[in-house]
Amino acid sequence: MSTILECNDLTKKFGSKTAVSAVNLKIERGQIVGLLGPNGSGKSTIIKLANELLTPTSGNILIGGKKPGTETKKIVSYLPEKTYLNDWMRVHQIIELFSDFYNDFKPEKAYDMLKTLNINPDDRLKTMSKGTKEKVQLILVMSREAELYLLDEPIGGVDPAARDYILQTILRNYNENATVIISTHLISDIENILDYVVFINQGQVVLTSSVDDIRDEKGKSVDALFREVFKC
Amino acid sequence: MPWELKSDRPIYTQLIEQIELMIFSGVYPLGSKLPSVRDMAQEAAVNPNTMQKALVKLEEDGLIITHRTSGRSITEDARMVEMAKTKLAQEQISDFLEKMQLMGFEQKEILTIIDNMVKEMKK
Repeated sequence: MSTILECNDLTKKFGSKTAVSAVNLKIERGQIVGLLGPNGSGKSTIIKLANELLTPTSGNILIGGKKPGTETKKIVSYLPEKTYLNDWMRVHQIIELFSDFYNDFKPEKAYDMLKTLNINPDDRLKTMSKGTKEKVQLILVMSREAELYLLDEPIGGVDPAARDYILQTILRNYNENATVIISTHLISDIENILDYVVFINQGQVVLTSSVDDIRDEKGKSVDALFREVFKC
Repeated sequence: MPWELKSDRPIYTQLIEQIELMIFSGVYPLGSKLPSVRDMAQEAAVNPNTMQKALVKLEEDGLIITHRTSGRSITEDARMVEMAKTKLAQEQISDFLEKMQLMGFEQKEILTIIDNMVKEMKK
């Protein structure tokens, strides 16, 4: 197995506030990884650093051995926490845009998933509910054949039934060499599909472990452990 | 058969138990082909790596056979299945006996209760 994402003493400060503090992390290919932490723990900051939306204050983050930039964006499929798509666009127009933009985008996959979720490709984004918009975005992200998927809170705004479908979508569309990193605090919903979890708190990694090891050694679910570690 | 996974035990051990049950109950008959890892993982809503781990363990135990080119199938050796079945029964019964002892029952009493219950069920 080779490393797809690596952080070396990664630090990000916003003024006097440290959002990410000397994080060292290695994530292998072919895994589904949960980046888990309470609100404001630095999850999104790490993901944004991986996408070059932010640059590190010190240390570095490497994707497949390279610093985030044009080359890494070809292999990274990113679901941001907020939508960046134009409201006036119709779904099929966005699909065309993505096809132009990414070599690894498979429109037929996208149309297939839209059909299953009963989303009309002719609808405009602005006529859709928040949950439906989130589904459309995830469909777009998962229709790429990327090496690394970075999903920032992919299930936050959707109902439990759609959540199941989204998890199925993630399972179905990632291949053995790809890695999926999911940041969330809705742990019980996703822990069955995770290989590996990274607990993060106040900008620092506090625990990395495989899900089965946690259950084996502590006899409790990742969700229960999270509640214990981050007890308020 | 729906997959039921509890949250306080490793997922792969639970997958092993459930696949064993499906073999014993004939959902997967002797010699039959298993679906692909990916399909099975999706059906159980678990990570394919976890399903893979469970299948490898079942292979070590001799219940599943991997063919180099055509995927996995259930063993055709009925003895293997019988042995695994007996082992599972023994585990369940020893759990049960332990609990009964905690409640303060003697072995004879336990047997009498079981005997009576079986007779009841037959009627």
